[in-house]
Amino acid sequence: MHEMSLAEGVLQIIEDAAHAQNFSRVRTVWLEIGRLAGVEVEAMRFCFDAVVRDSVAQGAKLEIIETPGQAWCLHCAQTVQVQALYDTCPNCGSHQLQVTGGSEMRVRELDVE
Amino acid sequence: MCNVCGCGSGQTLIGGHALKPARKPAAQLHYRAHETDAVHPHEHEHEHEHRHGAIDFGGGAAGAHAPGMSQARMVKIERDILAKNDSYAEENRRYLAEHGIFALNLVSSPGSGKTTLLVRTIEALHGELKLAVIEGDQQTDNDAARIRATGAPALQINTGKGCHLDAYMVGRAMQQLGLHDDSLLLIENVGNLVCPAGFDLGEAHKVAILSVTEGEDKPLKYPDMFRAADLMLLNKCDLLPYLAFDAELAVANARRVNPDIRVIRTSATSGEGMDEWLRWIRAGCRKALAGRKIVG
Repeated sequence: MHEMSLAEGVLQIIEDAAHAQNFSRVRTVWLEIGRLAGVEVEAMRFCFDAVVRDSVAQGAKLEIIETPGQAWCLHCAQTVQVQALYDTCPNCGSHQLQVTGGSEMRVRELDVE
Repeated sequence: MCNVCGCGSGQTLIGGHALKPARKPAAQLHYRAHETDAVHPHEHEHEHEHRHGAIDFGGGAAGAHAPGMSQARMVKIERDILAKNDSYAEENRRYLAEHGIFALNLVSSPGSGKTTLLVRTIEALHGELKLAVIEGDQQTDNDAARIRATGAPALQINTGKGCHLDAYMVGRAMQQLGLHDDSLLLIENVGNLVCPAGFDLGEAHKVAILSVTEGEDKPLKYPDMFRAADLMLLNKCDLLPYLAFDAELAVANARRVNPDIRVIRTSATSGEGMDEWLRWIRAGCRKALAGRKIVG
């Protein structure tokens, strides 16, 4: 989606945390990115490296935890795994799916010093 | 806010005036050295604090330093990357609800006929509803000028390098426009089927406009947007006799990504579907008005 804006959002969260929790260097950043979040992981890495230059997170390692896409199938009345928003239910082929997981974009944890 | 870096004010213009930086917590630290940042070429009006060359051994995470003792630690964050935008969007949504304003966020590719459809909509609602328009484009005041020619108040946001409107920009534009209670607010987003899907502006509904001169598979190619929208206007339908476009297939594709999406076939030229679209808008306005009376 819009990885440069998102990378800036990540840096802002890190800087807020650095101010609140008094740390001066970030060694690793764990991001949780859902499979259905529309984020291109490689683009995110590229933008992150550019955005954190000369910041508290310069040179930080970016660990991306990809969470699977999940949806509730109204026909089968159960949770199924999906790879894309236009997928059909793997059990019954229905499009009547409500996405229940995999659209997250979250800064989960930082390794700081 | 500058959409490339999120910290400047030199790029985004509202009604031709630079957007001031977003509100910041007091004494927020900036660690970026902008002067040397190649991805970030524009000037800043605001001051940045830099900590060049400062080595503070007592400023570590543990608040003290002892040789041989690591100060590394893990910090739990659990924050959504878009949380800041979402909080501005909630402010906008609260304001709109308190004032009974029905707000729509119109999204599409460039050239889908959004502005022409808006002009026809405004003309049709003239004298019946109070309304205002926020126009988003990278550059130029052309669209706002087209809207103002109908007599409706319109404000142009130029996003500069940015490719979408965010909730902060729209909140500022709402303040500047001075919206009437119980009115309609139409927000025409930047022509882009990708990023605007992720940025909530505080609107009641996103309305996706797909024109029949595009491909039937657009909803599959850009599923985030069609999933985020509650209504799809299949526009320029007067051209269908001249095209190989399969309208049924386009609607079926939209329903593949969003089974609940409502579809209205429209044409600003022939007037097809305009009655249904206007009925949908009036129903939304009535609901916003009823909501205000409950809130008030």
